[in-house]
Amino acid sequence: MSKKSTVKSRERIIAARNKSIVGDTLSSAIKLNGISKSFGHVHANKDIDLDVKKGTIHGIIGENGAGKSTLMSILYGFYQADSGTIEIGGEVQKIKDSQAAIKAGIGMVHQHFMLVENFTVLENIILGAEGGSILNKATNNAREELARLEKEYALEVDPNAVIEDLPVGLQQRVEILKALYRGAEILILDEPTGVLTPAEADHLFRILGQLKDQGKTIVMITHKLREIMAITDDVSVMRRGKIVATRKTADTNVEELAELMVGRSVLLNVEKKKSKVGDVKLSIENLTVKDSRGVIMVDNVSLKVHAGEIVGIAGVAGNGQSELLKVISGISKAKSGRVILDGKPIGVMGKADPRKLRERGLAHVPEDRHHMGLVLPFEESENSILGYQNNTEYLNGPFLNMDAIRADADEKIEQYDIRPPSSKLKTANFSGGNQQKIVLAREMERDPVVLIIGQPTRGVDVGAIEFIHKRIIEMRDAGKAILLVSVELDEIRSLADRVLVMFAGRIVGERDPSASEGELGLLMAGIEDKPVDDDVIEAKTLENGETKK
Amino acid sequence: MKFEFPNWVEYGLIPFLNLVTAFLVAGLVVLIVGENPLDAAYFMVRGAFGYGGGIGYTLFYATNFIFTGLSVAVAIHCGLFNIGSEGQAYIGGIGVATACLALDRYIPWYFTFPMAIAGAAIFGAAWALIPALLQAKRGSHIVITTIMFNFIASALMVYLLRDVFKPEKTQNLETRTFETGGQIPKLDWVFELFGTGLQGAPLNYSFVLALVCCFLVWLLIWRTKLGFDIRTMGTSPSAAQYAGINQTKVIVIAMLISGAMAGMMAINPIMGDQARMAEGFPGGAGFVGIAVALMGRNHPIGIILAAILFGALWQGGADLAFDMPNITRDIIVVIQGLVILFAGALDHVYRPFLAKLFENKTDNATSNLAGEDT
Repeated sequence: MSKKSTVKSRERIIAARNKSIVGDTLSSAIKLNGISKSFGHVHANKDIDLDVKKGTIHGIIGENGAGKSTLMSILYGFYQADSGTIEIGGEVQKIKDSQAAIKAGIGMVHQHFMLVENFTVLENIILGAEGGSILNKATNNAREELARLEKEYALEVDPNAVIEDLPVGLQQRVEILKALYRGAEILILDEPTGVLTPAEADHLFRILGQLKDQGKTIVMITHKLREIMAITDDVSVMRRGKIVATRKTADTNVEELAELMVGRSVLLNVEKKKSKVGDVKLSIENLTVKDSRGVIMVDNVSLKVHAGEIVGIAGVAGNGQSELLKVISGISKAKSGRVILDGKPIGVMGKADPRKLRERGLAHVPEDRHHMGLVLPFEESENSILGYQNNTEYLNGPFLNMDAIRADADEKIEQYDIRPPSSKLKTANFSGGNQQKIVLAREMERDPVVLIIGQPTRGVDVGAIEFIHKRIIEMRDAGKAILLVSVELDEIRSLADRVLVMFAGRIVGERDPSASEGELGLLMAGIEDKPVDDDVIEAKTLENGETKK
Repeated sequence: MKFEFPNWVEYGLIPFLNLVTAFLVAGLVVLIVGENPLDAAYFMVRGAFGYGGGIGYTLFYATNFIFTGLSVAVAIHCGLFNIGSEGQAYIGGIGVATACLALDRYIPWYFTFPMAIAGAAIFGAAWALIPALLQAKRGSHIVITTIMFNFIASALMVYLLRDVFKPEKTQNLETRTFETGGQIPKLDWVFELFGTGLQGAPLNYSFVLALVCCFLVWLLIWRTKLGFDIRTMGTSPSAAQYAGINQTKVIVIAMLISGAMAGMMAINPIMGDQARMAEGFPGGAGFVGIAVALMGRNHPIGIILAAILFGALWQGGADLAFDMPNITRDIIVVIQGLVILFAGALDHVYRPFLAKLFENKTDNATSNLAGEDT
């Protein structure tokens, strides 16, 4: 960076500081009016209005896929909004790329750091702002400026350290310094605590507090309620691409936010009789799962599912449900514990093979049908045998028995009313609801002993939801043991015979499905009925709450 | 999000546009050299398709490219980019030469032929095995390992030709010439049906073998359980994991088949044309195979068409260099390079533009079909 621009950024900082001293906290730093963005048929953001006040920390909370990251990407110029305007500091701005965003005073700290691992801190900070082809002058200027920034915001970090040698907490600090070096007045942090240890997260919050005191505006994206409560001034809740509420943090509480996040979807009334419970078909004993970083994702979970009952696992996404499903279905390995399927254990610590488990009567409707449940470029009929392609009824020696596969697919299309009714159509061309029906038909028509289902109606239209729920109940009445994971609380409450709530990798409570939404919401937020040391939960949240998807 | 074109655009228009661009740029090169591009084009097309011998040579070259194109395509269906077809073809030659040298004096060619096929396939596959294992078990990138194996193959073959295969009295790095029992007959009779001869072109029964392999690859990829596993693995490794497909096994098998296809290319020049194995016989066919597979969209039918196109370039180019003395062999190589560049490497040049053009049209069509979420 040249001397001139260094001076300029310093002026800007001083100007901002003066403003905040004047007490100009009511004016808007960012104002979004009617921002909409779709990708193909998916509305990632729908008509979003957002007002972030200068000198505040504004939290944006919502489930995965609620549209938080898309919104911030629009603000930072990665995407262009289809409609709507962006005002920065009271002026309408066109942010066509990240350069424009930086110019407008916006800095972004990404969830996955954008640092060159084998460069030094200083080199990373001047990267893209070298201000000429001779580096020497730029580095000297930068060193000076960095020293000042470090002093001003207590962001100590050795400028000569190589990034890959630094712990993640410090790497994140470099990202923040990078933004400040470019004169950012508004900092956007995308899931900033996801990779941090609790101590590092605490330190980050202190830094953010200091930045706020210096007049910076901070927007923080997260799906962790406690962080919102701990640090923000205002909070906006996003769900399904919309901002459903904005509250002063002081005027709201964890329960309300949890309820807003999960949302009340369409009223779901599923007729069901009382369940006729049989023998235990799936038993999980002290299961613990760690991710590749060694963080505990599933923490000593035990549960039983009997024939003829639906056990629902409720919880905010990212609390270990996905990992639990993956281990039971043999896709990933557990650290310790046992899973017993129909009386015989499966080798959860290494030997489990999804194919063998299928043969033993375990059907799995995966959470992510696009990446797991289906191969989107395949024909419908090919997907309707995925995972069962070794079954003799579909084969003629080494050859696929195309007639049998087609006939089987056509039968399922009719039974499950899959539209359009064409087994030759590419799977990607079916709607979300019909794609899900393809998966359900495949897994349910196998006459399984145990059925595990993740997010049965995610991205599914209302008509199909009803159909899918009915089918699940029918399976239960036919005596299948069903383990259901959903982030839609209403779905769990209307389908399950027993509700388990998962939080930070643990089952924190069991309730009857008739328990009130508020009661379940509290459990989902990690507030257990038994008094538990609050610090422990906090540490757990910070350690484990991160979604791994 | 990747835009999906209607079939006629994906398989027709885009390759066509790439080809036209390649020829326009090649035309410029011809202009710079001081010749008339239209004349040059005429000589080239006439050279490739204008007379029996031309067609014979075009199809002879195409035979090589079909084998290597299939080799690349099978690997791509499994999500693997096999750059090593060249080396696998070269090593495949050991199998062909060994079969011919051992048997040519004792049995007729049609008994040697199956042995040569088996030898070529086994040696080609073996050369693909180590990169495959390294990829499947250790995650070493197949592009890097196969390209390095090309160099190893090249050095190994020079050694083998000099110290093992070469008869004492010759100076060239080549085996002895095979007797008739190690020579595949030419396809003269087919051309005589059309009133022309092959006029010395080396087109032989390997071409038929190549077409049979096309059918077998189609059968494998789209009609067998193994092909299903290969395609699942290549399209969505996470879905393959969900489906309980043994990823290591599928990667290794796909690479073995890919290597076998490449190895069989060696039959055409060795047993079908020169009746001996000479140094450097693959002549870059392995690399052309990449462009052929890309342009042919990894489908056997597309591969046949693309292989014939490249065969025509090779043969037409040779005739062009003969008819227009200003255009040297090197300029021909430039033109061939341009086609490979535009058909292969720059395949994506027109895509963003066409995507915009077709977006609105298909948006309406699919939204009727698909509803709100996909």
